[in-house]
Amino acid sequence: MTKPLSGLEVARQIGERFPDAVTGSDETAIFVHSEALLKVAHFLKESLDLDYLTSITAVDFFDHVELVYHLTSIEKNYSVVLKTRCEKDKKMDSVVGLWQGADFQEREVYDLMGISFEGHPNLKRLFLWQGFQGHPLRKDYPLDVPGGWKEK
Amino acid sequence: MAIKTEPVMINLGPQHPSTHGVFRMRVTFDGEVIVDMEPIFGYLHRGIEKLAESKTYLQNIPYTDRLDYVAAMSNNLAYVLAVEKLAGIAVPERAEYLRVIMAELMRIASHLIAVGALLNDMGAFFTPLMYMFREREKILDLFEMVCGQRLTYNYMRFGGVSHDIPEEFTPALERFIDEMPRFIDEYDQLLAENEIVLARIKGVGVLPADKAINASVSGPVLRASGVKWDIRRADPYSVYDRFDFEIPTGKMGDIYDRYWVRIQEMRQSVRIIEQAMAQLPQGEVRTRVPALLQPPKGEAYARIEAPKGELGFYLVSDGSPKPYRFKVRAPSLLNLTVLRDLVIGWKLADAVVIFGSIDVCMGEVDR
Repeated sequence: MTKPLSGLEVARQIGERFPDAVTGSDETAIFVHSEALLKVAHFLKESLDLDYLTSITAVDFFDHVELVYHLTSIEKNYSVVLKTRCEKDKKMDSVVGLWQGADFQEREVYDLMGISFEGHPNLKRLFLWQGFQGHPLRKDYPLDVPGGWKEK
Repeated sequence: MAIKTEPVMINLGPQHPSTHGVFRMRVTFDGEVIVDMEPIFGYLHRGIEKLAESKTYLQNIPYTDRLDYVAAMSNNLAYVLAVEKLAGIAVPERAEYLRVIMAELMRIASHLIAVGALLNDMGAFFTPLMYMFREREKILDLFEMVCGQRLTYNYMRFGGVSHDIPEEFTPALERFIDEMPRFIDEYDQLLAENEIVLARIKGVGVLPADKAINASVSGPVLRASGVKWDIRRADPYSVYDRFDFEIPTGKMGDIYDRYWVRIQEMRQSVRIIEQAMAQLPQGEVRTRVPALLQPPKGEAYARIEAPKGELGFYLVSDGSPKPYRFKVRAPSLLNLTVLRDLVIGWKLADAVVIFGSIDVCMGEVDR
């Protein structure tokens, strides 16, 4: 059984190393500052052997976007959920340097949610064509465009 | 005297028989050797993640069928597991066993396509694929018996499955289980003892284990590189912890190993189905769940070992009948991360086979 590590315990370990990085934590997840994300991710990968990036998800909460990183250690079989609050007009640090698996996922987040990643080697839209206007997964994306879907 | 050459760019796809759907590779050649490759996605992008936010939880089950349409049953399972985790729904024991049987049948059916299409890519045009389709047809017949559908099943429900198995299902499945190991031996003889096939796939497209882990590769491609990581064993869901099965792993991670792992996994799936049929308890197949399900506020991530790798659903609920966020962790997309590194240095014909050996379904890649 993959053991989900307690967010409180991991947050304490991060806090010892980077006192200002953690903004909150509960049993399931750790919340970190968006500026500190890259160094915390690096710390988790090196010290906790979280060698496998399961997924990156962006969730739009109108005033900000929450980025959710699911991390797994294949060798030790445990998992950690790392979350960060990201302002919509701010740039995030890319984690492609740590996990190559972030490559397409960050491009997907950029394409559909409009979050830019600094340090990504090839940040282009993944699914939609270059020149497409807007980011469809955002909650404020208008659906009543010509040819678009309308609720009856 | 050195002859001045220029790299040539060739578009492979989106409409190409070897790309298993609408996938485009922009390949740059130096002579015959690939020096660069850029994958281009999105030709099958239907915006399922956005669409799902405007449908209720129950209405979204058929959409999951359309993700990986070669293995629709597995998508159903992953999605209902996520919703059950979110809403805290218990599942009757008989339904758990039926889910396992269907998921393993689906794995055999998907691997049959993977292996058959791989040979198709190597130039054995459609004959081996038709051998595989012979058995896949029997599996589709079994699915048709339980849910009336042959491609998009819509079979799993929150708290169980939609129908119990009919009377004629058990004898048909037993006959299939009886015959299948012999057919798998037949494929193996036809292919793994064929020198031309071996020359094309041994030592080609090698993926080292550390690179596979770093690039979030999962499923048979990861195991072919020698990493013993199978969600069914590492993080058991449903009733997988009650079965005895092995996790085949490859040695070096070339195309042959990926092919071999899939053949062995089919044998293990047959074993799991045999055990599940023997243990299948009587009883209900579905708990009562309101049609307009309103899970409490929160989030859930559930994952399964789908035929192509780790398939996960991340759902965020705001307490309304519709999901606030519906994210699919698609194994096909993430397995393609390594494609560029695998094909560089090989020739065009090898690139086609390497792509085929990763076994992707574009419905899942583009969503």
